[in-house]
Amino acid sequence: MKTLARSHPLWLAHVLHRLSGLALALFLPVHFWVLGLALTDPAMLDGFLAFAAHPLVKLAEFGLVFLLAVHAFGGLRLLALEFLPWRAPHKTAAALALAGSFGVAMTFLLQVI
Amino acid sequence: MAAVLQVTVHRGTAGARRAERFEVPSEANQTVLDVVSWIQQNADPTLSYRFACRVGMCGSCAMMVNGVPRWTCRTHVQKVVDRGRNGGRDGGRIEIGPLANLPVIKDLAVDMAPFFDKWVAAGAHHHPTATRADAPSPVRPDSAAREVANAGIECINCAVCYAACDTVAHNPDYLGPAALQRAWTLLNDDRDGGHEAILDAVSGFGGCHNCHSIGSCTLRCPNELDPMTAIAGLKRASARRVWRRG
Amino acid sequence: MLDVRLYLAQRITALLMVPFVLVHLAVIVWAVQGGLTAAEILSRTQGSPFWMLFYGGFVVAASVHGAIGLRVIAHEWLGLRGRVLGGLTLGLGLVLLGLGMRAVIAVVVA
Repeated sequence: MKTLARSHPLWLAHVLHRLSGLALALFLPVHFWVLGLALTDPAMLDGFLAFAAHPLVKLAEFGLVFLLAVHAFGGLRLLALEFLPWRAPHKTAAALALAGSFGVAMTFLLQVI
Repeated sequence: MAAVLQVTVHRGTAGARRAERFEVPSEANQTVLDVVSWIQQNADPTLSYRFACRVGMCGSCAMMVNGVPRWTCRTHVQKVVDRGRNGGRDGGRIEIGPLANLPVIKDLAVDMAPFFDKWVAAGAHHHPTATRADAPSPVRPDSAAREVANAGIECINCAVCYAACDTVAHNPDYLGPAALQRAWTLLNDDRDGGHEAILDAVSGFGGCHNCHSIGSCTLRCPNELDPMTAIAGLKRASARRVWRRG
Repeated sequence: MLDVRLYLAQRITALLMVPFVLVHLAVIVWAVQGGLTAAEILSRTQGSPFWMLFYGGFVVAASVHGAIGLRVIAHEWLGLRGRVLGGLTLGLGLVLLGLGMRAVIAVVVA
C-alpha cells in the first residue's frame, strides 16, 4: 500500500514540533555540561566559547535558537487549541497578532542593542 | 476504444498479503465502490469487501483509496484517480486497500471489533438516568452544551477517522477519534448520567491525552465532523477535574 | 501512554516555560553581541537571586517537559511500554535535572 497520505499543514506542524523538541532534548545535556565547566574547568569553558564564535558553529547556534523559537510558538499554538474553547478564526487572528507583536518587539530589540 | 483504469487491489488474509492488478473499464459516472464491484462481478468473484447502502448512510464501505481512507460509495473515481505522466489517456491508476489501523480479515474487509471495543472502553455508551415510567427530560436545543453535543452526533462509525489517525497507528492503545468524540457528545448530554465514568475512561494511559492534534480525523471525516476539537474539549474537562481535586 | 496527570505536568511546564523561553531568547540575542566569555557570563549571573530562581525554575520545568516528551517518542517510535517506559521517563528526567542543577550552581553560586 502506498504510504498513508498525511502531508497536510497540521501534520507538518506536528512533525516540526516533534523533531524540534527531540533535538532540544538531546542538546540540553550538552548545554548543561558546558555551563557546568564553570565549576570545574573555567579555562575549558572559555575554550568552548571561543569555539562557538566560529562561523560554522554560529550557524548551528542559529539553528538551535530557531528550534527553540519554533518549539515555543508551536507549543503556544497547541496550548491555545487545547485550552481556549474559541472558534478557529479567533485563534488564527490571535496567533497572527502574537507573531506580529513578537516580530516587532524582536526588531526593536535588535535595533537598540 | 474506451479508457481502462489500472486498479491495484491489496488482497489476502492478515498473514499473507499480496497486491493484484485489474483492468477495469472507465465510466463517466463511476464510484470507487463501482470499481470494486466490477472486479468482484467480472474478474474475480472471490474478492471480499463490505458495503450496504451505497448512499453514504451506513458507513460500511470505507477503504483506503490512494492512501486516503474514504467512503468508496461516495468517492468518484474521476476525483481521486492518479492520472500519471500521460495525462490519464489510459484511464489512470487507482490503489485500493483495506482500512488502515485495523486487522485485516480478508482482502478489503477489516475486523471492526477493536474499533467498537474502544467505544465501550471510552465510556461512550449511554448511561441511563430514568426509566420508561419517567417523563422525558427537557433538552433545550439552543443551550450551549446541546450545541456542542449536536456537533458530533452525526457520526456513523465508519472508522475513516480511525484509519486516518497517525496517533492510533503508532500507539495501538489509544482510543482514537471516533470513540472520544462520542464520549464528548455524551459528556455534553444532560440525559447521560455517567459523566464521571466518561472522564475516568478518557483519562487513562490510552485516553484523550495521547492526541497530538494532527487533525487528520477532522480533515478526512466524510460527514465533516470535527473530532479533534471534541478531543480538545475532553482534555479541558478532564484536566479541570484533576486540577480541582488536586 | 500519557494519562491525565502526565499530560497536565507536560502542559503546566509548557506554560511556565513561555516567559522563561522568551527572556532566554532575549538574553541570547543581547549577550552574544561582541562575543561571549566565561567571565562575562559569570559576572551577570553570580550571586544573583533572580537568575538563581529564573534558571532553577527553567531547569526543573525543562527536565519534566523533556522527559515526558521523550517518553511519548520512545513509545510511538520505539514501541517501549510499561515499566521500561516508566523507568526511562524517570531516568531521563533525573539526568536532565541533575545536569541542569549542576549548571545553575556553576553559573550562579560557585
